[in-house]
Parts: sequence; structure tokens; C-alpha cells
Amino acid sequence: MAEPALRIEGLEVDFPTREGVVHAVRGLDLSLAAGEVLGIVGESGSGKSVTALATMGLLPKSARVRGSIRFRGQEILGKKEKELTHLRGTGIAMIFQDPMTSLNPVYTIGWQIAEAIRAHQDVSKDEARERAVELLAEVGIPNPAERVDNYPHEFSGGMRQRAVIAIGMANDPAVILADEPTTALDVTVQAQVLDSLKAALRETGAGLVLITHDLGVIAGLADRVLVMYAGRAVEVGTAEDVFYRPSMPYTLGLLASLPRLDSHGTDRLRQIPGAPPSMLGERSGCPFAPRCPLATDTCREREPDLAAVPPASGDHRAACHYAESVGRGDHGLVFSDGVVDNVIA
Amino acid sequence: MFAYILRRFLISIVILFFATILVFLLVTSAGDPLALLKSNPHTPHSTILAREKLLHLNDPLWQRYWDWFWGVLHGNLGQTIAGQPVAPQLWSHLLVTLRMVVVATIIAIFVAVGLGVWAAVRQNKLADHAITVTNFVLLATPVFVLGLVLKEFVAIPINQHVGTTIFYTDGQQSPTLSGPFLSRIPDYFGHTALPALTLVLVTYASWAIYQRSSMLETLDADHVRLARAKGLSRRRVLVRHVLRNALIPVTTVIALDFAAVLGGAILTEIVFGWQGLGQWYVTGVTTLDVNIMLAYLLVTATFVILFNLIADILYGVLDPRIRYA
Amino acid sequence: MPEPARENFVMEAPGEVATVEAGAHTLPTASPGVGLGGTDAYGLSGEARSQWRIVLGRFVHQRLAMIGLGTFVLLGVASVLVGHFWQFSYTDITNNLNDPPSWTNPFGTNAIGNDMFAQVMAGVEKDMEIALTVAAMATLIGVTIGAIAGYYRGWVDSLLMRFVDLVLVLPVLAVLILLSSKLAKQSNNWLGLAVIIGALSWTYVARLVRADFLSLREREFVEASRALGATNRRIIVKHMLPNAIGPIIVNATLTVGLSIIFESTLSFLGLGVQPPAVSLGLLVDQGQASATTEWWLFVFPVAFLIVLILSIFLIGDGLREAFDPKKSRVRA
Repeated sequence: MAEPALRIEGLEVDFPTREGVVHAVRGLDLSLAAGEVLGIVGESGSGKSVTALATMGLLPKSARVRGSIRFRGQEILGKKEKELTHLRGTGIAMIFQDPMTSLNPVYTIGWQIAEAIRAHQDVSKDEARERAVELLAEVGIPNPAERVDNYPHEFSGGMRQRAVIAIGMANDPAVILADEPTTALDVTVQAQVLDSLKAALRETGAGLVLITHDLGVIAGLADRVLVMYAGRAVEVGTAEDVFYRPSMPYTLGLLASLPRLDSHGTDRLRQIPGAPPSMLGERSGCPFAPRCPLATDTCREREPDLAAVPPASGDHRAACHYAESVGRGDHGLVFSDGVVDNVIA
Repeated sequence: MFAYILRRFLISIVILFFATILVFLLVTSAGDPLALLKSNPHTPHSTILAREKLLHLNDPLWQRYWDWFWGVLHGNLGQTIAGQPVAPQLWSHLLVTLRMVVVATIIAIFVAVGLGVWAAVRQNKLADHAITVTNFVLLATPVFVLGLVLKEFVAIPINQHVGTTIFYTDGQQSPTLSGPFLSRIPDYFGHTALPALTLVLVTYASWAIYQRSSMLETLDADHVRLARAKGLSRRRVLVRHVLRNALIPVTTVIALDFAAVLGGAILTEIVFGWQGLGQWYVTGVTTLDVNIMLAYLLVTATFVILFNLIADILYGVLDPRIRYA
Repeated sequence: MPEPARENFVMEAPGEVATVEAGAHTLPTASPGVGLGGTDAYGLSGEARSQWRIVLGRFVHQRLAMIGLGTFVLLGVASVLVGHFWQFSYTDITNNLNDPPSWTNPFGTNAIGNDMFAQVMAGVEKDMEIALTVAAMATLIGVTIGAIAGYYRGWVDSLLMRFVDLVLVLPVLAVLILLSSKLAKQSNNWLGLAVIIGALSWTYVARLVRADFLSLREREFVEASRALGATNRRIIVKHMLPNAIGPIIVNATLTVGLSIIFESTLSFLGLGVQPPAVSLGLLVDQGQASATTEWWLFVFPVAFLIVLILSIFLIGDGLREAFDPKKSRVRA
């Protein structure tokens, strides 16, 4: 297997605070092949965004980062700011969550795209502007030749996010990190933005890390899926593995919270009870145990490793002591009251 | 945008009109301009009557206001108690004051923006702490105190040390000053340096504090993170994306502070013996010279309104969201 | 539930980290809408009390603000104690003329034999007296006008705000000089001074409260109280004011500092506090002529004046930070 576009190994990110150390990411491994789409799913605070920012070298200075992040075999962690500056945009581009605030309100859209182009390519202002119009067309902005001179406040949320995508693809990056690119948008607009993202992948051939808490967004797009909880990967596998053979109760919970067209009329959407754990200080046991209907004493004592799930192919792994028995029943029942044994059995 | 400015302008005119009424009432209620004259038992009664007639003190208040207002509309600011026209005095004193205020404001803007940016970039480092503490101490120092301290403990010792007068502490220029403009510059400098420094130090501090917090807020903005993610150099991010946006509110605050600078100028002039507008006004208050007080308050109120308008326009120029609203 | 657990989520860890990094001195606990635009204002419920505790917690963690508070309290207590128990009263005339600082007269004596320590501390007391009166008065006027304008909107609002504009057009210091020139002829005029300074210092807080009220009155809890038949007065006082209290307190603190600046300036011009009463500004004025010879007549009043004002500004800055920590967040 060739060197992946992006490989993260044993990533740990700590933030010292007055109340103690916050462990935002606790030993994360992932790899992204060239042109591949990897979905990262998890609730807020699970460490998804921190991972992306660490990859860009954009974490606040107080953050303590350990482990390894390699881009095309080249170590990123510990690189000088100047080298990182060169890498950003050309090697790895990032798209942020809130398009309403991602663009600078005082410059036109075209100016901001052209600025990204001219940061890395030796082209004239006119050429950069022309390229900006092309990019806007590629992400599906109507009348790009006129729209290029608009200010961000003259764009709708969806259009702004497409402009951000255009900035992301401006320098043909090998990897695009999209952090909740559709979360802040109306459902009707989300599909358009995802189309723009697909267009960007087509044009640049980049690999995509798509971060979201919404499995629905990932379903049509991701080749592989990584589920994060409390700063760790708790399940990873092909989209098919994770969607059809979930082996970690948390994944089941996420799937159960997804509306389904084929569900029976009486089924209600379920939600995972409780809240994600505080990332402050040390703890033992499986971090999901307090919310898990299957939790046993073992779970509360020992945190499970991310291990291969036997029946599936080698790439499907899950961090659950009961990975083999999870989800072999109707996963919708897992979080109903009193029917837990139904699943275990 | 233009309609907005026009509307603001018209409202300003109305407010200025009501301000003249309020100011007139305040000034005329301050006391009897002839009290001193009357307290002297040797003043002949006829003199008092003549002066009362000259100053229209026996006319009804509304009549006096109207006469004054009508005069103002025709560029006539009336006469002083001593019987001299007010307007020429006003302009000559205004020029003296503006010399100090303009120099001080320009320097203060650069110092404030520079130190504010520096403190923000070096946040929580030694430079930041030093700048912030200095700013707060200056903010807590009344103008007259700072002026006195600079005069007594900076200018005089330096002059004594050097053995010649570098910093003058009394007056805006030497009384005997003459000759071509270039040869007068050292004299102007020696007289202006300390008053301007005083005004700079008391003025810049609050602007620098504001600039720093505006920078810090902008540094945390999402669009700055995107700018960094684009692969822009640190310098470009700081100048084009952080400073550019952080300056928007600061510019407004500076423009709106002009009235405060004029207020500070009153004290600076008194401490350093400048025959400026502030000194003139205070003399007018102590002698209860109605037309001098009215002229000063009219001019400063007009400045305040003018700079409010400038602040509005600058906001529109700097922020496209306002420009097209 | 398309968005799992975004609402009931306790702590956005990296966001808090960024806050701490930004030096905003916040407690990294989730504090839904403390003070400013708080979510709830049903009297002093347990929640309200705990919000105060959070604000207090943020305040005590700021070193400069605590130094300011300590200094201010110390000066206040000392000025009262010195007034009662020090061997000299500030009006006492001793036989020591222009003596430099000594054990009996730690700040020296002036040309007519007053003990400068007693004089300076009496000046501190007078300044505090005036400044606190100004702040109380300005806040009362400003909050009342701002609350009425913001709550009733419409023509009441327009009328009151145009009045605010009108007052703001006047150059504060020049008008103070004008008004105080009449007062200067009376002795014991400190209350009059406080009234005229207060009369020109309420505009900012009025605008602030109005802006807060304009947005608060659209909030659910106000709608709810109105639906329950609460009177306007009750809604304003019990429900809306507690939610706007943060900026009001911060502004009142700054007003205390600013009014000391105004008062001392007027006293320096001979238009403020009149002898035999003393204020720090008056002492600075009396000491300036001999600043380099009898330095103690100048240096002590100057130092105490600056330290007093500085301590108040530090408290104000700390309160602002405590009520409204900058919430910078990195999303997770």
C-alpha cells in the first residue's frame, strides 16, 4: 500500500486549564488515502475539530500536542510556522463550520479567493481574479462574474460556504478537511453545499476528511467512517461496516437517532441519554459506560482497546468489550427501556 | 449610505439649534456680569445703567437669545464686556488651540494603535503587562496633574541640566518672536513639546486599551482562522485581516473623543500658560462675559456634532456592511 | 433528534481552553448567560445566587482588580480612621510651618502649619464622598431614563434619546466650569458639585440600559410575565433590571473614577471644593507652586489622587471582565 495522503498516529492533544488538564484527543490513529473520503462522526467535544486544527497547525499555543501527523510521509508536528504556512492551502485546506463568520466582512468574495491564490502562486491580480470567477462557477455560484465583486454579507449562508469551498480548492490541495461544513445551514441548502464539495473533490482529486455529527451527511459520501467519542476512535471501518454492522453501542445510538425512510410509522427517533463526559483529568473505564445500556462492571473498570471485529474484514475495528454481540439484534431497541438483554442475548 | 448621512446631518442641525437654547440659558443664569461693577460704591449709577443698556441686560431673555442667534446666523458673535468684537478673538485663540490639539491627536493616534497592536500580539507577555499598566496609570491621571508633573519634574530639571531653555513652560511662543517661519520653528517646538506631550499621554491611553481589546477580539474571529488556513503569512494575516478589521470600532471611538480632547486642552493651556481657546473661555466664565462663553460653547458643540458625523461616515467607509445598508 | 446532544452538553472543552489562553480569566464551567442577557431572572432564585457566585469567582481571580479593591477599601477606611483618631485634624494649625515629613507629621506641614497627612486623608474622604454621590445619582437618572426609553419605545424613546443627544453635544468640562463658577462662591459646596457632575454623567448608562432593554423586552420571560398580568413597573424592576445589572455596575464604577477626575480638575481651577474644606485637587493646586522646593506639599496629594482613581479603574475593569468574559471558542 502506498504512503497515505494523511496519516495520524497516536495523536494526543491536551489543554492545560486552571481546573486541570483537558484531554481533548487521547491517542487517535487514522489514515486517509489519496482521493479517499473519510467521515469522522461524533458529538461536540469528542475531539474531531481539535484533530483537524492540529493537522493544520492552528491550535492555540497553549495546546500540548504529541504523536505524529504525517502529510505524504512528511511529519507536520513540530514544523516551523513558515513551513506550515506553505503547506496550508497547497497541501491541506480546511473548511470551517460557520460560513456566516468564516469570511472577512470587509473584503469582496473575489478578493478573498484571489488572496488565497496569490499566497501560493505567482500570478497577476487579474489572473487571480479570473481564476476566482472560475472557482465560483465550479462550486455552483450563479453569475460568478458579477458575484465575484460582492461582499460576504450579500451572499446567503449556503453561498458563503461554497465560496469558502472555492477558497479551499484554490491551490489544488491534496487533502481537504471539512469541519461540519453543513451544520450551520438549512437542510435544503446542505445538499447543494455537499454537491459543491463533491465538485471540489472532482476538480482537485483531493482526499477529504469530512467531520460531522450527522451520519446522514456522511452516508452518501464517505468511503470509510471513523466514530469518535471522548477523544478516541471508538469504531472505524468502511461505510458499509459501520452502517450495517455497527459494533459499538455509541455508533448504534448515533444510527438510532437518524431518521429512516423505511422505519415503521410508530417508531420514534431515539436519542442517547446523558451527555458526553467531561474531558478534564484522568478517568478509568470505558468513557461511554455511564450512558451505555449494556455497561457492565468490566466496562466501568477497563477501557476497551480499538480491536478488530472478528466476523468482518480486517479493517473494521471497534472499542467495546462486547463488540461481537453488539448490534446483532434490532439496534433500535438498544436504547429502549428494559429491552437491553434482548440485544446481549 | 448617502441618505443616512444626510438624515444624520439634518438631525444634527436640529440638535445644535436646541443646544444653543440650552447653552444660552445656562450662560445667562451663571450670574450678573455687572456684579463687580455694582459692588464698587464709587461707580456712578448712570454708568451702570449705560452698561446694562449696552449689554441688553434689561431685555427679556427670549429677546436677548433671538438677538444673539440672529447675529450668529449672520456671522456676528457680538461683543465682549470690554466692548471688543468676539469673533476675531475666537479665531485667534482657536488657531492657538488647534495647533496643540491637531499635533497631539495625530501623535496619539499612532501611539495608541501601535501600542495597542503590540500589546495584543504579545498578549500576557511582559510587553503587554507593561503597556497595559502604563495605560491604566495614565488613564487615572487628570490632565492638570500630568501637565504639572511634566512641567516641574521633567522640563525644569532638563532645562537646568542643559543650562538653556529647551522646553518652555509658559506661553505658546516667545513674546518677541519674529523672523521667517523656518527660523521660528525651534521656538514653536520648545513651546509646543510639553503641552502636546501632556495631551498625547492622557488621550492615547484609552484608545490604546480599546485598540488592544479590539485586536484580541478580532484575533479570535473565525475569518482570521480561515485567513491562516489559506496559508497567508503571519504578517499578512495580522495587517490585512486583524488590524484592518480591529480599526473599525477604534476609528469611531477616536472621532467621538474629540470633545474630550478639547476639554483636556483647556487644562493643558492653563497649566502651560497658552493663550488658547480654553484659557479664553475660563477667563470668560470668571468675568461672566456672556458672548465669550456662548461663542466657545457654540464652537465646541459644533465640533462635537461634526465629529459625530465624521465617525458615521468613517464607519461606512471602513465597513461595507454599513456602506450598503 | 438530528443533532445529537448539542443542547444538553455540559462543556465544550477546547473552547474553554481558548478562553483561558485569551487571558479572559474565566472559570471553565458552563455558565449559561451570566449577568449579561442572563437566561433567567426570577428574583433571587438559587440560580441567580449561583450566577453572582460565578461573577464573584471570576472577579477574585484577577490580581490587578483585587489590588485595586484592596487599595480602595484601605484608602476609604484609613481616611475615616485618620479623620477620627489621628493626632491632628486637617483644620488644626500647628507651629511647624513648611516642615518636611517627620515622625510627627509623616507628610510634612504646609505654610500655615496644617498637618499634610491629615489634609491628604481628608481630601481622600471628600473625593470619595463626592464621587460616590455622583455615581449613585448618575446611575439612578441614567437607569431610569434608559429603562423607560427602552421599555416603552415609540415617541417616549425618541424624545428621551434626543434629550440624551442634546446633553452629549455639550462639552462636559466646559459646562462644569460654567456651572461650578456660581457654586464656588459658597463654602461647603460639595453636594452642589456632586449634583452638577452627576447631572452631566448619566447619559452613557442611559444609552446602555436602553439598548439592553430593547432586546430584553422581546425575551420569553418578559413576554411570560406580561401574559401573567405583571405591571410594567414590576416587569422592569423585577425581571429586566436584574438582567442588565452587569454593565450598570461596571459603568457606575467607572463613573466614580471619572467624577474624581472632574472634581479634582474643578478644584484645581478654584471652582471646586472651597477652603477650609479640602480635596486632593485643591491640595495639588495649593502645592504646585512649591513642587520642587516643598515637594511634600505636591507629591503626596498627586500620588494619592492617582492611586485613588487608578484603584477604581482597576476595580471597574475587573468587574467588566467578571460580568462579560470574552467568550472565544474553538469548536469541537
